[in-house]
Amino acid sequence: MIERFDAIVVGAGPAGNAATYTLAKSGLHVLQIERGETAGAKNVQGAILYADALERLIPEFRDEAPLERHIIEQRMWVMDDESYIGTHFRSDEFNKPPHNRYTIIRAKFDKWFSKKVREAGALVINETTVTELLRDDRGKVIGVRTDRAGGDLHADVVILADGVNSTLARKAGFRPEIEPKHVALAVKEIHFMPRDTIESRFNIHKGEGVVIEMLGKITQGMMGTGFLYTNGDSVSIGIGCMLSDLMAQKTTPYELLERMKAHPSIRPLIQGGEMKEYAAHLIPEGGYHAIPQVFGDGWLIAGDSGMFVNAVHREGSNLAMTTGRIAAETVAELFKAGQPMTAANLAEYRRRLDDSFVMKDLMKYKDLPDIFHANKQFLTTYPELLNRSAYTMLRVDGVDKLSKEREIFADFRDKRSLFGLLGDAFKLWRAFR
Amino acid sequence: MHSVVCIKQVPDSAQIRVHPVTNTIMRQGVPAIVNPYDLFALEEALRLRDQLGGRVTVISMGPTQAEVALRKALSLGADDAILVTDKAFAGADTLATSYALAAAIRQIGKELPVDLVFTGKQTIDGDTAQVGPGIARRMGLQLLTYVSRIVEVAPERREIVVERRAEGGVQVLQTRLPCLITMLEDSNRMRFGSLPDALRAARQEVRHWDKTAAGIEDVTKIGLKGSPTIVSKVFTPSPRAEKAEMIAIEDGSPADLAAALLGRIAARFPGVEKELAQRA
Ligand SMILES: Cc1cc2nc3c(=O)[nH]c(=O)nc-3n(C[C@H](O)[C@H](O)[C@H](O)COP(=O)(O)OP(=O)(O)OC[C@H]3O[C@@H](n4cnc5c(N)ncnc54)[C@H](O)[C@@H]3O)c2cc1C
Repeated sequence: MIERFDAIVVGAGPAGNAATYTLAKSGLHVLQIERGETAGAKNVQGAILYADALERLIPEFRDEAPLERHIIEQRMWVMDDESYIGTHFRSDEFNKPPHNRYTIIRAKFDKWFSKKVREAGALVINETTVTELLRDDRGKVIGVRTDRAGGDLHADVVILADGVNSTLARKAGFRPEIEPKHVALAVKEIHFMPRDTIESRFNIHKGEGVVIEMLGKITQGMMGTGFLYTNGDSVSIGIGCMLSDLMAQKTTPYELLERMKAHPSIRPLIQGGEMKEYAAHLIPEGGYHAIPQVFGDGWLIAGDSGMFVNAVHREGSNLAMTTGRIAAETVAELFKAGQPMTAANLAEYRRRLDDSFVMKDLMKYKDLPDIFHANKQFLTTYPELLNRSAYTMLRVDGVDKLSKEREIFADFRDKRSLFGLLGDAFKLWRAFR
Repeated sequence: MHSVVCIKQVPDSAQIRVHPVTNTIMRQGVPAIVNPYDLFALEEALRLRDQLGGRVTVISMGPTQAEVALRKALSLGADDAILVTDKAFAGADTLATSYALAAAIRQIGKELPVDLVFTGKQTIDGDTAQVGPGIARRMGLQLLTYVSRIVEVAPERREIVVERRAEGGVQVLQTRLPCLITMLEDSNRMRFGSLPDALRAARQEVRHWDKTAAGIEDVTKIGLKGSPTIVSKVFTPSPRAEKAEMIAIEDGSPADLAAALLGRIAARFPGVEKELAQRA
């Protein structure tokens, strides 16, 4: 006999865990299926945890979750080959509890989250891959098939939280093939070193953390960013670029990471560390226009699987948790009202997303990917010009400051022309408005 | 057939390091797995059950986290799981461990008589291979170590025939049940549990037995108190790296390169050429 559940959730990343947790707390008979050996076994993340999304699910998470450091300082570096020009924002406000952002190690964090999901009453099975969605003659999703013997299961609704690749959604025709211009390929390493070393290198106290976001020449003209985060006794460092750019330039993110680690401003920060973890992963960065249909008869999509990532602010896990939660709330309410899981009823999910910060933020930056794609100068010429200007102004060499200003201005005009400069300013405004 | 399989949760030795300064094993952050040798024992027990009927009970002594290992065994098809866990067991060496496990297996036998006890060949964190024999001795069971194949089990005659790896060959041994088998690696291939097994493992309770439930009679024989072993030193053996010799020839064909290689080998190991000629 085929077992029946109220809901099945595929995936135990932040989206799947948030969805399963919410469903179980609402009293639904829910099964979560994860292909990794444990939750988080296959997850890779920088990683920054945004408290808000988790707090809405588990208000007491700060007392229990494995958090590395709360972030008190954010640096933004615009990189040239041998230098950077940037901003640092540090505030003691960030030291006042409850803290707003944390660094986490996903493998540890996901394991904890999964424990909460189980405690909430959900049934969780690992090392099991969902290979196919089961559908009735009218196309409604009625369950899943797994790679285990005797592997069919039925449910009123299936929530796909299976990450960026989402083979399931593609196979079922819910989502088109991923386009290389809609995903970034990122690599990350974790370098271990003593806590004291981290704290003195980054000028922080116990529990405090620093985040560095980088853009510019480190991506060699490709659209992408680099990052460095401080964990408890390790530093995460990584870089990612749009897959289409990497393909066109025939380079790998690994080569970029090696170059980045050798940068004179970065090398001293990781020196002496022991590299223990290396991982590569896709990030859906296509933005608003890349979001597929996210609901249908008997199914919903949440998290990376639905391309919910805000690449500009590097927010992914919080969008995953929020979409997972909203998907589950929609299902739970229909369930309580005795309503069937039809596309018409589940459309409520999309309406709620549109009203949330998730869609509003993605909408705001909807043109950014295309603008940056078509205008490589933002990632090459400008970082170079900015760094050179700073160098020119700060070097004391007998040349008067007015001449220096003229030199800098001429440099900009040479590279981009007056008209180009104006155009670039307009484009930037359009991208971020 | 009722088989009891003893499993241990161990740190994944592929990811373990010895601290460069203190020379202690750094267990922190190292993922825990089921001792790989034990899985061959479990698979063998499951096969016997599938063939002859009966039950497979898995048992482990360890901290509460070891429940994960037992749940894994359930998802692979074991019927029942018992975790022998008590602060009093902490610090046990192989002597104390085999005493505690033997007591617990006797308790299991009170619920359903035990025909076979399985353990892995050894653990990857201790490498002693002493616990299996220790249990057999204490329970008065026939002991079959390094078993590579179970040829036949005849429950009605209470007989078992196995193949055992021995130096320079294979022994075929016959003995009577109940007995204890330590299973050799690569003797079988672990199955991938079915979906009903996975669901059952997620639902089923893993029983926790403290020292009373495990039937421990003499508390001086368990835990640190019952452990005479002293670890006097832990060290990383220096790697036996030999320097590779590069053989370079200019613009040669692969055949030239091969000839140069053979020439170097002959020069380095003078006897080789003669020996090869003799064998050919
Ligand atoms: C290098 C890097 C750095 C990042 N940094 C940050 C950051 O600092 N902050 C942030 O908020 N976000 C960050 N992100 C993004 C963030 O990791 C993702 O947005 C987030 O993990 C998405 O969660 P998810 O649950 O949708 O998917 P995932 O976390 O990918 O989880 C999907 C799960 O589904 C499972 N699965 C897939 N298919 C199947 C199947 N068929 N059957 C069963 N199980 C299946 C997978 O094993 C996986 O566990 C980063 C991403 C990368 C790659």
